[in-house]
This record gives sequence, structure tokens and C-alpha cells, in this order.
Amino acid sequence: MEIFGISSQALLGQLFLGLINGSFYAVLSLGLAIIFGLLNIINFSHGALYMMGAFVSWIGLTQFGMSYWASLVLTPLIVGVLGIVIERLLLRHLYKLDHLYSLLLTFGLALIAEGVFRNLYGISGETYEVPELLQGGIDLGFMYLPLYRGWVVVAALSVCAVTWYTIEKTSLGATLRAATEKPELVQALGINVPVLVTATYGVGVALAAFAGVLAAPVVQVNPLMGSNLIIVVFAVVVIGGMGSILGSIVTGLGLGIVEGLTKVVYPEASAVIIFVIMVVVLLLRPAGLFGKQA
Amino acid sequence: MKLKPIIQALGLALATVGAAQAQISDNVVKIGVLTDLSGVYSDVAGKGTVVATEMAIADFLAKEKPAFKVEMVSADHQNKGDIAANKAREWFERDQVDVASELVTTSVALAVMKIAKEKNRIALISGAASTLVTNKECNDVTVQWTYDTYAVANGTAKAVVKQGGKKWFFLTADYAFGHSLEKDAGDVVKANGGEVVGSVRHPFPGSDFSSYLLKAQASGAQIIGLANAGGDTINAIKQAAEFGITQKQQLAGLLMFITDIHSLGLKATQNMYLTEGFYWDLNEETRAWSKRFFEKTKRMPTMIQAGQYSSVMHYLKAVKSINTDDTAKVMTQMKKTPINDFFAKNGSIRVDGRMVHDMYLLQVKKPAESKTPWDYYHVRATIPAAEAFQPLSASTCPLVKK
Repeated sequence: MEIFGISSQALLGQLFLGLINGSFYAVLSLGLAIIFGLLNIINFSHGALYMMGAFVSWIGLTQFGMSYWASLVLTPLIVGVLGIVIERLLLRHLYKLDHLYSLLLTFGLALIAEGVFRNLYGISGETYEVPELLQGGIDLGFMYLPLYRGWVVVAALSVCAVTWYTIEKTSLGATLRAATEKPELVQALGINVPVLVTATYGVGVALAAFAGVLAAPVVQVNPLMGSNLIIVVFAVVVIGGMGSILGSIVTGLGLGIVEGLTKVVYPEASAVIIFVIMVVVLLLRPAGLFGKQA
Repeated sequence: MKLKPIIQALGLALATVGAAQAQISDNVVKIGVLTDLSGVYSDVAGKGTVVATEMAIADFLAKEKPAFKVEMVSADHQNKGDIAANKAREWFERDQVDVASELVTTSVALAVMKIAKEKNRIALISGAASTLVTNKECNDVTVQWTYDTYAVANGTAKAVVKQGGKKWFFLTADYAFGHSLEKDAGDVVKANGGEVVGSVRHPFPGSDFSSYLLKAQASGAQIIGLANAGGDTINAIKQAAEFGITQKQQLAGLLMFITDIHSLGLKATQNMYLTEGFYWDLNEETRAWSKRFFEKTKRMPTMIQAGQYSSVMHYLKAVKSINTDDTAKVMTQMKKTPINDFFAKNGSIRVDGRMVHDMYLLQVKKPAESKTPWDYYHVRATIPAAEAFQPLSASTCPLVKK
């Protein structure tokens, strides 16, 4: 069977690849959405933190013998703590100011981080081997699926689901959302709002680092890996609706698939398709697909 | 006080005296290194080319003991033609820079060589790859030193076709350089009895190549030619292994550097063919120079970095031998003198600005065959200068008389 002159087998394969890329978009945009939704910060250092996740994972493996599985847990913790330090030392001074200030600060931090890693490790990057347990692949009939890529989808979707559930369905999540709407009131009820805010930033950052660990065996670990991706992820967040948790997950996956299809039909356009969609969405629904209209 | 006219007159007098004593402006030869210090080409060129230039100047001063001074300035062009053009203009107009060198990235090279022509200074290109430099866009103040897309594609594609890899599919970076590489390699494949069954053009830079690789897999080609460079090539190779493509099909990297191999490791790159203009482990001379370079940078040199040293040294020797930094005279002298150093044997600069020298067909070693760090290549063939580059008869450079 053929669709648009492309065999349905090839199409199915490309859809699946799109889903894999979409998983990365989903985890990254989820982190951004949490940080924006709850802290009102446009975190431009997200790409650099993703890159640092991959590097910490690689350094852990090569210098300290930290296995991939340990890294999956430890790296987000390590980078998350770094995020907490950034929030405590720098970001908290900017909450009362315009968005632009935190955007510039986080952008500056990203440039510094990329510069430092470039200086230390060069631009060609380092290779992170696929963990032994996930080497090889299975023949799905329509495509050869490397086991590791399958794992990426499972891991990313699980983390997205847990995060969404925590924020939308638990009492902790409810407190968090209340604290961002009416901080004074929540504070008056005896809840330490600044700690809550700091922890939230830490979690957002940890998600970026988690995506970095997931990506390390798939792409070359290099200092610019984040800045190549972050612009697309920002577009995902804008399309999904700034700050919408579910929106960022669904949009991330959806746009991954759209991008995958574009690569089949007209590869040259695959780098711009997401931005074309962004323009259309902004014209029709300025608050994004899942955002609340103001 | 009428000090100003006096100072002016004094300055004029001094300048005249200076000119009479030596024909080297200000008695200083100034070399500008305009390179990518922060972006995708900062490993293959970058800081290493600045180090190579410093080495060339130090060696020249120590050995030749010239009467003039040699200075170096360097700047990051960020792979942007407009930034490079502004910097080059500033260097030529304000800072009395005699040579703009290195110039990795084709757009940068094309922009700077135009300004060099306009300002009557010299452009020494070590990093830029496109054959446009010595064809349609050529001029008489530019030399392209190390390699070009024709030379690297020619060497690798010919070798692979001869080994029986006749059906090709290209994975091409969607910009001028990628197109040029695909065309040059495709022509060689066809000329040697092979066929090109398809190609796919990917946005630059990319990070996920799985879609394109799947297309290449479905094409039934024996060889997947990578008409891209740097991080794109690295990720494509890594992901080809992941998707089990390299079990049935073979990859051919059309423009690869030793730093790419270093970054990917031998496991992912073993048995690949590639063509370079230099390898550190060719002979005693190359090893000795590369060892000195390694001590300064902790990396073995790429061909761009080695070529940079060679070009700067050749320029400085030319200036000394005719005792002037006059552009036309130096260019004539440089073209007249054969190049014999650790980088090139009997190299020469053609009228179109192409420095022709031997190229090397290399094959990446298996992990078990590599004895020491950076021991990465088998040298499979030396491609003689006369065959390595596009023949003058095929050139579209207006300077070539036909």
C-alpha cells in the first residue's frame, strides 16, 4: 500500500522515529512549562542544563565508573541541585522584575556553561556507548527498532506521566499551584512558599538533565547539543500554551510526529515546519493549543 | 602653537626614510588568523590554527633571522561571512595587516578573498573546502592551501568504487558546501562506472539522522556517502551503527578529519575510507612537527592546522627572499617557489590559486590495530598532486588561459 507515493511501511517507520524525537521534546518542554507555569521564568538555560545532564552522565561513566542506570537517577539529582543553587543565588532576586530580566540572566548562564564545556572538551564531543542491556534491536517488520530508542519512549513517557499526575492530581501539586496563584495566602496557611518555588525550579532542571542522560547514547555529547534543540523546544512550549503541563507533553509528542512526516515528504522543510505551525497557532489561538485564553 | 603641521611633516619625513630603508611597510609583517574559535569548526581549525601560526612565526624568526618584525593577530569569525568581512576590512584598513589567513567555512573565505582583492592584500585559505574558491570566484591574491571538496571526494569515492561499492546514496547537508561535495563525489562515482541511486538533503546543522538513514537503507545502495561535515557526520555515523545499517551497507565520509575519528572512537568508524591532505604519522618529519603541536594543544593536528603552518611559513619565506611585502611581488614569488616542508613535497601554487600537493587515501584502523593514542589510520595510497585536484583544464577560473 502506498500513501503519497510512500510505502506504508516507510511511513510507519518514520512515524515511530517522530515519536522518539517527540519524547525528547516532551520531557524538555515539560520542564520549561513547569518552570514558566509555576515561577513565571522563561528558562533559557534549559538547553545548557540538558547538555550538562549528558556531560555529567559521560563524566560519571568515564571518570567514576557510574553506570547508565545509576546515572539516570544521580545525574538529574546532581544537576537539579545546581539548579537550586542558581535559583537561590541569582534568580530569586529577579522575581519582582519583568520576565525579560530572568530571560537574559538564564540566557547568559547558558552561554557561560557552553563556553566552559567547549573549552574543556572541544566541539566534536564525546561518545557515550549504549548500555549493554539495551544494545541491539528488534525487527518490527516495518523497521528495525534499536532497543535503546524504544526505551527512550517508555522512560520519557513514564516520567511525563508521573510529573503530570503529581502536579495535577496530588495535594502537593495543589499546594504548588495555589502558591503560584496567591503566594501570600498560602504563606499565611503556614506553607514555606520560597522553598516550594526553589524545589520546583530544581525539578524543572532535573527534567532537563534527565533528557540529557537519555540523549547521551543517541547523539554525540557535545557542548552545543542543547542550543541546537532549545529553540525547537521553546516553539513546542509556545504552541502547547505557555505553562500548560499537559499541553507541553501532548504538543511535544505531536510535533515530533509532524516533523517525522515532513522528513518523509520534504526533508528540506523539516527544520522549519515546527515554526510554521507556531506562526499559524499564534495567529489563531494566541494562548497556544492548551493555554487558557486571557 | 603650530605643533600639528610640524608633527605631520615629521611623520611624513620619517615615513619616507622608513620606505627608503626597507620595502616592508612599517618594517612589520602582520598576519591575521581569522578562524572559528567557538563554533562547529573550532576543533578542526580554531585555536589549533592560531597555535600553528605562532609556531610558524617562531620557527621563521629563529631560523631565518629576518630584518623585519612579524606579528600575529587573531579573531573569531563565528562562521559568518559578514562578521569576517568586517574584521578583514578593519585589519587591512586600520591595522596594516598583510595577510588574512585560515578562513574556515566557505562563505567566510569567499567574503574575505573579495576584500583582500579590493584592498590589495593576500588571503591564505587553509580551512575552507569549496572549489568555488579556485573556480568561478578565484582571484590573484588568494591561495587555497590544504584541500578542497574535489580532492577529498575524488580520493574516497574512487577508492570505494574500485573496491566494488558501485551503488551510492548521498546524505547531504542542505547548503552550498554539501551540494558541492555531493556533486563532486557523484561525478567521480559515475566516471568510475558506479551509479547514484538517490540522495536526501538534511537541514544544517542536524542532530537526528535516523529518518534519512532509514531512507538510505531502503534505497538498496551499497554505499551511503556522507556529504556533510563535523557534528552532522559524527551523529550520522553514530546513528547508522545504532540502526544496524553498517551491517549491510557501508558508509563513506566524504569530508572527515582526525578529530572526528578521535571523537567517535575506532569502534564506530573502523574500516571507513577517507581522504586527507595530512596525517601526523606519515614519516619522521610529520611526527616531529606533530609532536611539538601536541605538546602545546594536547591534540594531534588536523590537516587544516598543519596546512596553516605550511602556508604562513611559505608566505614569510617569500617576503624575506624578495625583501618586500608588496602583494603582487609576494604572490609571484610564492607561485614561483616550490613548497617543500613536512606538510607538502614539491607542492606548487597554480594560477587559479590552488596549492597542489599529494593527498592521502586513508582507512580507519580496527580498535585492536591501534597501538598508541591517535594511531588511527592505515595509509592505503598516496594520491599524487597531479591527480588529486581538479585539473586546470576543467577550471572555470577566469585567470586560467585556455
